[in-house]
Amino acid sequence: MKLLLKGGRIIDPSQKIDLNGDLLIAEGKIKEIAPEIHAESAKIINCQGLIVCPGLIDMHVHLREPGEEWKETIATGTLSAVAGGFCAVACMPNTKPPNDNAEVTRFILKKAAEANLARVFPVACITKAQKGEELTEFGELKDAGAVALSDDGYPVPDAGLMRLALEYAKNFDLPIISHSEELSLSQGGHVNEGLASAKLGLKGIPREGEAIAIFREVMLAKLTGYPVHIAHVSTRLGVEIIRAAKAQGIPVTAETAPHYFSLTEEATFGYRTNAKVNPPLRTDEDREAICQALADGTIDAIATDHAPHSPLEKVCEFEKAACGLIGLETALPLALRLVREKVFSLSRMIELMSLNPARILKISGGTLKPEAPADVTVFDPEKRWVVTEDALHSKSKNSPFLGWEMQGQALLTIVAGEIKFSRLN
Amino acid sequence: MEFRKKHILDIASLAPEEITFILDTAEALKEVLERPIPKVPTLRGKIVAHLFFEPSTRTRLSFERAAKTLSADIFNFTARMSSVEKGESLLDTVLNIKAMGADLFVIRHPNAGAPHFIAENIKTRVINAGDGFNAHPTQALLDLLTVREKKGDFKGLKVAIIGDIRHSRVAHSDIVAFRKMGAEVFVSGPATMLPPEREALGARVCYQLEEALKDADVVMALRVQKERHGRALFPSVREYARYFGINQERLSLAKEDCLLMHPGPINWGVELSPELENDPRSVILTQVTNGVAVRMALLVLLLGGE
Repeated sequence: MKLLLKGGRIIDPSQKIDLNGDLLIAEGKIKEIAPEIHAESAKIINCQGLIVCPGLIDMHVHLREPGEEWKETIATGTLSAVAGGFCAVACMPNTKPPNDNAEVTRFILKKAAEANLARVFPVACITKAQKGEELTEFGELKDAGAVALSDDGYPVPDAGLMRLALEYAKNFDLPIISHSEELSLSQGGHVNEGLASAKLGLKGIPREGEAIAIFREVMLAKLTGYPVHIAHVSTRLGVEIIRAAKAQGIPVTAETAPHYFSLTEEATFGYRTNAKVNPPLRTDEDREAICQALADGTIDAIATDHAPHSPLEKVCEFEKAACGLIGLETALPLALRLVREKVFSLSRMIELMSLNPARILKISGGTLKPEAPADVTVFDPEKRWVVTEDALHSKSKNSPFLGWEMQGQALLTIVAGEIKFSRLN
Repeated sequence: MEFRKKHILDIASLAPEEITFILDTAEALKEVLERPIPKVPTLRGKIVAHLFFEPSTRTRLSFERAAKTLSADIFNFTARMSSVEKGESLLDTVLNIKAMGADLFVIRHPNAGAPHFIAENIKTRVINAGDGFNAHPTQALLDLLTVREKKGDFKGLKVAIIGDIRHSRVAHSDIVAFRKMGAEVFVSGPATMLPPEREALGARVCYQLEEALKDADVVMALRVQKERHGRALFPSVREYARYFGINQERLSLAKEDCLLMHPGPINWGVELSPELENDPRSVILTQVTNGVAVRMALLVLLLGGE
């Protein structure tokens, strides 16, 4: 089937395109971008006043299947993705059982194919059972369909083992994603160390712990010459280390999540468990540094760290509550806030949410070049809506943004030329 | 030519002409091994001390066979059950054996540089039979002899060495030896076992096995030396076999008339797939025979002139 997206503002940083015009899709591929296209037998979609861009890619989500299907399934998670404008997600391996072997990878891909919504790119564990002791079988995992490796919520505690992982990954060209946390400093902590920990009477997690861990990863990237990707950067110190490393030519990339540039530790005041995340929400100084890093290229990607939890894990004492929040459907409007605040341009936003995640993970997508798979997101940057439980498609509703009025929303999500989600009538 | 070396400690200190001379000598002496009574009196009255501070089967037996063929007498020393277990220093051990009249030491030692240390401190000839991760010059020479027999010359040959390069003394000596004689050397294996630099000792480091094997004239698989690592450098033996083991399919990337080599002992099903056991391209047993010839040559060249 042919789709003709008419009259939108087409932005594609991969080709430095920003023009008002038409986009033609046929046979699942991008065919043409031009100020005016006429195509017979194409379904015409009016995109006047809307932005048309390469499909958004979220390189860091948790789909909870297998093992915790009461929180999310691959079907509900990918529905939440397409509702948020994401054509593809990379899912982290902390399932039950964890994705540390080819069977689990294949299961995830099978479920994703059945759901047939967003593309799913499995990230497998670096070490068996995420225990930080023995490497997983990188070759087998890659052959089964894993696109990257990460121990997700855990750092690889042993620098020597992390070095081996970076070296061994060279054979298979698999990106390595680091959860940078110095456990000996963070253990037992629940919120940022400082105002939040003092005010709430909870053990804090110091920002320096993240910095120490990022510094180690950067040094290992230098030693091995192999790139390391730092997940969910939350601190000014972390940003500064990455910036300095990049200036020296050390191969490092980084992502942050919308909550780190939208919220501060104050969101946890009142023991609000929906704002309990790891790493914790930090201070305004950190938030500003993150915004700056997104603008100047120090941070390469925005990823949601979408982490669904049911009320079982969240409606409880703060100390007992699970870490994590859902983010797939609020990421785009939160990023658009920074565009309106002139932190970065729309084009840079699309780079951060589409082109760069594709590049870092070495997956398809991130471009509207002719013959590329037709993964396209259409959004209205102005549309106002209120975040309510009913408005969200994820199985879990643990969002600290419930009740917020957002500006901007995905209206159409196209994957491989097929409309997977539409708010257009 | 006159051979002036007192010791054979590594390949790096041998000039290409010296290597050629050793190989020529070995080739000439190899004939002795084929005689009905394979024994000559060349080294009668000489005493060769075999000092093995680390387990070894083929290197040790090969040196023993070489010495016996040349009618030398042998001291056999193993660290186990010796005064080394009582805490005697390396230097004292060797001085004592020297005092009993050894003319040449063949030394295998787990510490890199141990044979160099002995050569420096004791006025006796030394052949390094393998020291730590450092060097195994007699293995490299027998590999050269095997390739020269089949290929005639080294110039322009592509040699692919697969496996644990970083921790292999065989690989270290082979890379230097083949490079010195004019061949190109490519190494591949799990990146945790490859030298950290893309160009190490002059070998090209390939993270994709195929790149190393493509059009190779010589394919040498190395033994996975689990005992040397101290920690697992790859996730499982199964994965090693699947992604880094040499099998028919991978070997077909190399030239049709390539040579398949392995320094032994082989872990069949790991470095080499069992289907290659009787493969016509394999020269693994020729390597073993040539080992005796090369060691005879070295004994004659180091002791014969005295």
